[in-house]
Amino acid sequence: MMSNPILDTFFEETEELLESLAEGLAAMQSGNHEAEILNSVFRAVHSIKGGAGAFKMTELVGFAHHFETVLDAVRSNALDLNPAIMHTLTRSADFLSNLVEAARSGASISQDVTAGFLAALQQCFGEKQIESVDAWDNFEFAAITLDLNAPPEASIGGDASNAFTITFRPHAALYANGHEPALLIAALADLGAVTTRFAPDSLADWEDFDPTEPRLCWLIDLQSDESETQVQEVFEFVQSICDLTITPVSPHQPADSKVAPDTRTLTGAAPILVTEPIGQPIQPTAKAEAKADDAAGNKGPKATLRVDLERVDRLINTVGELIINQAMIAQRFADMTETTDDDLVIHIENYRLLARDIQEGVMAIRAQPVKSLFQRMSRIVREAADATGKSAELITIGEGTEVDKTVVERLADPLTHMVRNSVDHGLESPEARRAAGKPETGVIRLSASHRSGSVFITVKDDGAGLNRPKILDIAKKKGLIAQDADLSDSEIDGLLFLPGFSTAETVSNLSGRGVGLDVVRNSVAALGGRVSIASIPGQGTEFTITLPLTLAVMDGMVVTVAGDTLVVPITSIIETIRPQPGDLHRIGTDDMLLSIRGRMIPVVDVARSLGFVSKSDKSVAPLLLLVESETLGECALVVDAVQDQRQVVIKSLESNFGTVQGVSAATVLGDGRIALILDPEAIAANRMGSQVPNANFTPIHGRSAHATF
Amino acid sequence: MQLSNDSLKTSVEFVTFSAGDQSFSLEITQVREIRRWSPVTALPHAPVEVLGVMNLRGSVIPIYDLAARFGLGSTKENPRNVIVVAMHGNQTVGLLVEAVSEILSVSRDEIQVTPDIRSDMARQSITGVIPIEEGMTRVIDLGAVLHPNGRPLS
Repeated sequence: MMSNPILDTFFEETEELLESLAEGLAAMQSGNHEAEILNSVFRAVHSIKGGAGAFKMTELVGFAHHFETVLDAVRSNALDLNPAIMHTLTRSADFLSNLVEAARSGASISQDVTAGFLAALQQCFGEKQIESVDAWDNFEFAAITLDLNAPPEASIGGDASNAFTITFRPHAALYANGHEPALLIAALADLGAVTTRFAPDSLADWEDFDPTEPRLCWLIDLQSDESETQVQEVFEFVQSICDLTITPVSPHQPADSKVAPDTRTLTGAAPILVTEPIGQPIQPTAKAEAKADDAAGNKGPKATLRVDLERVDRLINTVGELIINQAMIAQRFADMTETTDDDLVIHIENYRLLARDIQEGVMAIRAQPVKSLFQRMSRIVREAADATGKSAELITIGEGTEVDKTVVERLADPLTHMVRNSVDHGLESPEARRAAGKPETGVIRLSASHRSGSVFITVKDDGAGLNRPKILDIAKKKGLIAQDADLSDSEIDGLLFLPGFSTAETVSNLSGRGVGLDVVRNSVAALGGRVSIASIPGQGTEFTITLPLTLAVMDGMVVTVAGDTLVVPITSIIETIRPQPGDLHRIGTDDMLLSIRGRMIPVVDVARSLGFVSKSDKSVAPLLLLVESETLGECALVVDAVQDQRQVVIKSLESNFGTVQGVSAATVLGDGRIALILDPEAIAANRMGSQVPNANFTPIHGRSAHATF
Repeated sequence: MQLSNDSLKTSVEFVTFSAGDQSFSLEITQVREIRRWSPVTALPHAPVEVLGVMNLRGSVIPIYDLAARFGLGSTKENPRNVIVVAMHGNQTVGLLVEAVSEILSVSRDEIQVTPDIRSDMARQSITGVIPIEEGMTRVIDLGAVLHPNGRPLS
């Protein structure tokens, strides 16, 4: 397949169309049979067919046509939308995207498979089969006219000149008054293209010929942009002394044809997305569509702009600098004691607000709704259910939740894996479900939400829950844990994330291909996120992915530790506590426990853990930050003071130095100095190893002690 | 820095500076800028020669105390101290030195290979010496300074 930009555009748009197709079908499946939804589904298939036709993708066109025929029958109520047909429709949509993918990669799809799907579509009609065959025969490409170069063509048609036929017969008085028909016709020629013909029947017979009576009559065809009045003005001074008729004729194409049904296809296939087709006759249609689609949660075709990602990232970096610069100015200004200039105070405050607005706006460029990601999952669920002989339904919640583009892209694989897992391992077979008194169709609930600066994505099934004894057994068999290990429920659940763990006894087509949840966990961790499991026997399992909202900024609590300023991610802090002396209990030589609401929680001295010399007064009760960590559960971090809470721009330490244990990154404070961002997880984990002396550096080989971290 | 035969005749420029009362030099192409000293943020668990990190127009760069790196004791705080910002590959780092002396233009054959000395560290991090009026200046291999024993610091 040769690559050309128009083709690329076609595929990009087909992608969008497939998305809206999937969306529409999902709405139909959930019982929404509004005409607009059916229309949008039909339109999507039709547009794909049209575009594919322009590129002579016969297979794709053929299949899309049959698909479209069935959809049309559904739309016109010739077919009842029963579950069987619905199933065929969704499967066909999947196959259509396969065909598109094949066309894109130049692969071919076996005729048998295509035939199978075509037969399934035919079956929808039952005895009405003949009708659809007719439709195929009559099928003619609207596609040719909506070749991707359509817009310019349409615009030529759009300002197509008005046409007039003018009959002009001067009276004797016209000549007598000194008017010259040739000049009048020349004036007409200024308005547009003029063709003059002589009207021969205007001549009288020779017997009646009166040489003083003018007989000449002109038939003039005028193609002009001007209105009829304009044309009349040319004859303004001769109107009473000639026979004149001006008849407007419609241009060779009837004006209405531009709003013909196919314009919808035109909107879909127009290659330039940047410009909205303002002023084109299609606007009323587009508006109506947008309005109707809004109800279905779709904003309709919006003007979009394709921008090189690198440019956006450069902008984001610069805005980060702007924010820092703004904070520096604000701080400098606050440090000036004798400031009485109220205007300046207002200006600086405005500057801050503007800088934040710009930052939010720029970040929003990178943000994308998870919708496209979720939509792909419905296909995964269908395929997985078909392959395992289970019946499953996907419910998505919070599709509009926006996350960074990189996150959306890099989450596709782990999420696919998790969703497959949920169907394959999570849900029981229909028989088992019946026996357990559950509906046969299992439900996979996929949801996304924003909570306190993090994005939560959960995959929840209503299956049997984790089989913990079995997990434990497998882990022991595979030697992942000691034979006599005594693990808590959550520790057993955690075993699933160990490399090389797979509960599937037979390697199925779906899961158990050697890539397990450890891969999922690693890819999520690469995005700065975490995966956790919760499972209730008999009721199901829930996987939760927690991700930072953006990869560039985060909300942090600015604290002081041993005289240094550090930032702790707000997301990890549960609460801050100023304990009473009686709440702290010494255990062993160095360790402390905090008793809070009847529980004992380990206390971690941040200064000591980082190897700083603690300057805090030991007699004063420290300030504790209660954090949640994966390794230790809850633990309390000792800090000297909390300064502030603010948004910080994350700066990498790795690029110029390397990883530092206990520190995830750095940020630039308002005064231009660097503050380190703590990694509470590592700090908490390090507490375990803090009995082992870890500060034994020699100047040169110092880092070896931490080479393993 | 490779001292291959065909490059012996070409001349090179070095920035020379003093650290721990000794003269060191770095090829000028590696030097990005020279900044005055500003307070740094200490890094936990860092070797003594890593003073901490500093903000260079939005990037976080580590600052190395060159004297401490060569075992000459920590550089004493002095407002006249400067930071030589240098590039090693994609890595930007700052070297704390007492003062920058001059820019030296020498032909490659004037650079003498470091004589066999006892200190491993000096032998690895100093590629050669250049005789100058006040004695000699030591040519630094920045990569070896940042990654002792060929191992990245992280």
